[in-house]
This record gives sequence, structure tokens and C-alpha cells, in this order.
Amino acid sequence: MIATRPRALALLEQMLLIRRFEEKCAEVYSAGKIRGFLHLYIGEEAVAVGAMAALDAADNVVATYREHGHALARGLTPTAVMAEMYGKATGCSRGRGGSMHLFSTPHRFFGGHAIVGGGLPVAVGLALADSMLGREGVTVCFFGDGAVDEGEFHESLNLAALWRLPVLFVCENNLYAMGTALERHESVTDLCVKPRAYGIPAENVDGMDLFAVEAATAHAVSEVRRHRSPFFLEAKTYRFRAHSMYDAEAYRSREEVAEWAQKHDPIDLAVAELTRRGLIDGAEPAAVDLRVRAAVERACEEADAAPLEPVGDLLRDVLAPEAG
Amino acid sequence: MTRTTYREAIRLALATALEADSRVLLMGEDVGRYGGAYAVSKGLLERFGPERIRDTPLSESGFLGAGIGAALGGLRPIVEIMTVNFSLLALDQVVNNAATLRHMSGGQIGVPLVVRMATGGGRQLAAQHSHSLEGWYAHVPGIKVLAPATVQDAHDMLLAALADADPVFIFEHQLLYPTEGELDPARGPATIGQALVRREGCDVSLVTYGGSLGKALAAGDELAQAGISAEVLELRTLRPLDVEAIEATVTKTHRLVIIDEGWKTGSFSAEIAALVAERVFYELDAPIARVCSAEVPIPYAKHLEDAALPQVPAIVVAAKELLGRG
Repeated sequence: MIATRPRALALLEQMLLIRRFEEKCAEVYSAGKIRGFLHLYIGEEAVAVGAMAALDAADNVVATYREHGHALARGLTPTAVMAEMYGKATGCSRGRGGSMHLFSTPHRFFGGHAIVGGGLPVAVGLALADSMLGREGVTVCFFGDGAVDEGEFHESLNLAALWRLPVLFVCENNLYAMGTALERHESVTDLCVKPRAYGIPAENVDGMDLFAVEAATAHAVSEVRRHRSPFFLEAKTYRFRAHSMYDAEAYRSREEVAEWAQKHDPIDLAVAELTRRGLIDGAEPAAVDLRVRAAVERACEEADAAPLEPVGDLLRDVLAPEAG
Repeated sequence: MTRTTYREAIRLALATALEADSRVLLMGEDVGRYGGAYAVSKGLLERFGPERIRDTPLSESGFLGAGIGAALGGLRPIVEIMTVNFSLLALDQVVNNAATLRHMSGGQIGVPLVVRMATGGGRQLAAQHSHSLEGWYAHVPGIKVLAPATVQDAHDMLLAALADADPVFIFEHQLLYPTEGELDPARGPATIGQALVRREGCDVSLVTYGGSLGKALAAGDELAQAGISAEVLELRTLRPLDVEAIEATVTKTHRLVIIDEGWKTGSFSAEIAALVAERVFYELDAPIARVCSAEVPIPYAKHLEDAALPQVPAIVVAAKELLGRG
């Protein structure tokens, strides 16, 4: 539970940081500072922030190509992430990964996976290692509703259940697999049915509600820790921006997007709820917003000033350095 | 030195590794109770238990990917895939994860994973169990590709793969499992990336790997009877490739026959031919010859399968032609 004032402010700050960070990404993308694919998480912030709040430092995180929010919520600095997107040597993946492949071993943040469903088997393996090595960690694996279509989803759930591995599967159901609506890509749209078929307990949660996500994840993680077996959480959410910077959004109406943004903005909802609970006062959100905007500006400046890797290092890190 | 089989040499190396390092585990379809489709892991379940000799569901992508994750998490997994054709179901994890994670993460993480699988034809298993696709794997930077052809290498290459910090794929030709040879179990890990001359000669080089080594050596014997001295170079590792050894043998004999059980079009033999043309073209006294599988899915009927795969007479003919003795 988000019972204390400092914790409430910290989580609000994370959500605002992700929002402002990504708005800035879109802006500098247009200016040519960021290239390649850029998938914005705007609208879905409550899921990453609420979920990460339930994790310990020893837990593993596996995320998708829409993972700026997860990386920031896990504690990667805005500068490390922004520099990565600028393709700089100081980026969290030294400019080799870009927006879709953020990594940080100190945060046990294992990517950044851009093959839909491809991260799930890796998460199962991380949990297998924890299990066999007698460690207490939990592996949290994020993916979208589109991943549920993939064979690797089903293979991974079966393996995790069969081998009783400590994995929390978090499905961020934003209703679209890129441009294909849920009912057009899944024969059964109640996604919790699928994990239950493998004997994995499953719950869904309003992914626009920070408090609900935080409580549901805390419960799910405690179940995984207690039973050392998998759990499935479906967070029903919505992406306010296009799939990527190349998406004209022909598959959904402006009215639909506007309605979600007006009625279900997770930051507005969190501010309202925190105010109602008396955990923040009226002026605080604006102050937090100013602070994160400054942090984002600083991240851009530092990323801009950071060095590029020399082309002579092109072949570095394909294989381990030769011993000796 | 003891006399043993290729299959038993792998099993001995597995047991040695499992004994020496508690992080090592073997996982794959039927590796435990069944004892392995090719009986390689027979008896290991009883010695090391079901956690470390781990039967998997029929989920190649799932358990190979789990092997990657387990390697990231600090284990030393050995994943057995029953046959190379099945490995295609796991190709996403191989190409998109195992081969890329070190680079995409800017060197933060490596994948010390060993993947073993049977490859090749010759047992009338038809078009979904007989192919030689190791050349495809060798196309991919970020992984290593080994093809042990001898009992000693079957043992030593597994130890080398386990000592490596990167993903290593070992292709075991299915006709080799029952073959016998000498094994010194104490020789230590093989050197990855080192080709070896298996037969000295000066008239023509037969360059090959894996299941075709025996055929190349037999062709060498036959050529000797015709007064032609053939050198047989066994590549052993397809990636990284021992380019210097290829250059050296071509520079010595000036004639090159490549024997590769893959299909000729876009094959590993094409890579070798291109390298030789790029680097030692002026050493050649004759065009490069290739003996590869016919451009057909491997058929079931024995006479057709035999006709589809590289065979000793074809190697002999190819070598003689290069010497104007065709």
C-alpha cells in the first residue's frame, strides 16, 4: 500500500518522469536526435511504476521494446537511457541497443526485447537459475497482448508451471497488437483463461490505476515468493500515442484515444487519489513536474554532449574478449 | 588412451563437466529417463538427478530460450536438441537472443550456453531428420559453431564449449555416434577455431568437416592407390574459421576440393571457396571443386539418399579432374 507521503511522492515523480521523458523523446525524434523505432509508453505509466514498486534489488526484469518506462521505473537514470537513444557511448547499452534494447545489469534489467514473445523463455531461464542456485529472486516479465498469440508465450507458461519457477508474467493489455485489436487477434479475449489452463493463478487489474497495480503486483510477487511458482497478472491499459513514430493510427478513432486520455489518464487519476487520501497537497504535482522536466532537460544536454563510440570499436562485444 | 565410441566420449565429457561444476545441467527432450534420442545421456539421470538432467517438454524455442536465461542467471546449461531440423523451431532464440545479447547490451551480459544437436543424413530418416544446416548457423556472428568428427574431439570440444563465455553450438553427425576411436580423456579442452591436417599430402587438398571427414580420408586412400597424394584438412570449427589453415593447405597443394554435406547453393563450401578466391587465388593451379549434397530434400529410399549425399567416388573423381586425370 502507498501509505506514506514520501512513497506517494516518489511514485508520482516516476510517472511524471516517464511522461515528460517520452514527450521529450518525441520532440527530439522530430529534430533527428533519435532515430530508428521509438515506441512510446505514454498512457501506460501506472503499470511499470506500480509493478516495479513491488520488486527488490535482487529481482530480475525482462521487458519489451516499449520499455523506457520500465527502465526509468527500475532506476536507470534518464541520462543513461536518453544517451542510449542518442546512440552515445555513455548510453546504458553503449549505443548498441537503442530505444528497444535498454540493459543494465546493476538493476538486473535484462532488456529490451523486440521480438514479440522472445523475452518470455529468457525470463523462465533466469528464474530457473534463481531456483537451482537457491536464490530468493523473482523474475518479472513484461509483454503485451500481442505476445499472447505467440508460441513462445505458451511454451514459457507451460515450462514455468511445470518446473514451478518464480516468474511473474505481467501482460500489459493495451487492446492492440500494434494495429490489430484484441478481438481481431485472439479467439478468446479473456487473457487470464490462458495461464489458468497451465495451472498458473491469474488476475487482472485496472492498469490505469497506480494503486490497483501496486497492490495487485505486491500480492502477485508475494505469491511467487511464497510458493516459488509462477503468477500471471493482466494489466488492462491503453497506449495514448501511436505504436511507433511511423504509425498513422488508421486502426482506431481519434475519439477513442481522446476518451481514454480524458477519462483514464493514469497520472491525473493518481494525483486525484493521492489528494483525496491527503498524501499530497495541491501545489506538489506542479513542483514535481518542474523537477522532472529539469531532469529530462539535463538528460538531453548530457546525451548531446556525450561522446560517440569510435568506429574502430565496431566489432567489440560480439564475443567475449580473448582471455589473457 | 582408451578405445571408445563417439557417443560414449560425449557422455564421459558430460559426466566430467557435471561432476566438476555444480552449475552445469543438461536439458532437452528425453535426455533423462529415455537416456537421450541417441543414447548419449544414458545413465546420467541416475547419477546426477532430475534437476540437472532435465527432461523438457517439446518446446524447442521455450527450452533453448530458458537455457539462455539460465546462462544469464549464472548456470552453465547444455541444451540438447534432438536433431538439427528441430532446432529450426528455436531459431528465434538462437539468432535474436543468444547471438545478440552481448552486443545489444553493450557487453554487459554474455550467454555461456552450450547447444548440442545431431545433424546430417545417411540413416534413411528422410527430409525432416537428415539435413546439414550447420552452415546456416555459421552465418551468424555472436555464436561459435563446432563440428567434432573424431572421438577425441567429441570429448574435448564439449569441454571447450563449456569453458567458453559465449554461446557454442556443437553439431554431431548422427552417423558418428557408434563409431570407435582412441580417447585420451586427460588431454583437456580442444582449441576452438583450429583446423587440423588429418592426412598429409601434396597434390590436392580435401577440405571438409564433421560427418564427411571419414569419406575424405577414404578418398585420400583411394587417390593414393592411383598415385595422387591428397591432404585432408578437417575444419573442426566453422565459426570462428581457421582461415590460415585453409590458406596453408591451398598454398601447399595448389588444388582444392571442398566436401560439405550441406546443399551447394549458398553453402558453407561456398564460403570457403570465396575465401580462397579472395586470399590465395594465385596459388590455385585448377578451379575449385565442391562435392556437396544434391539440391533435393533428403529422400527416404536408400539408393536415392546415397545418391543425394557426398560419397567417396565423387570426391575421388573431383580430385582426379583437378589433376587432369579425370
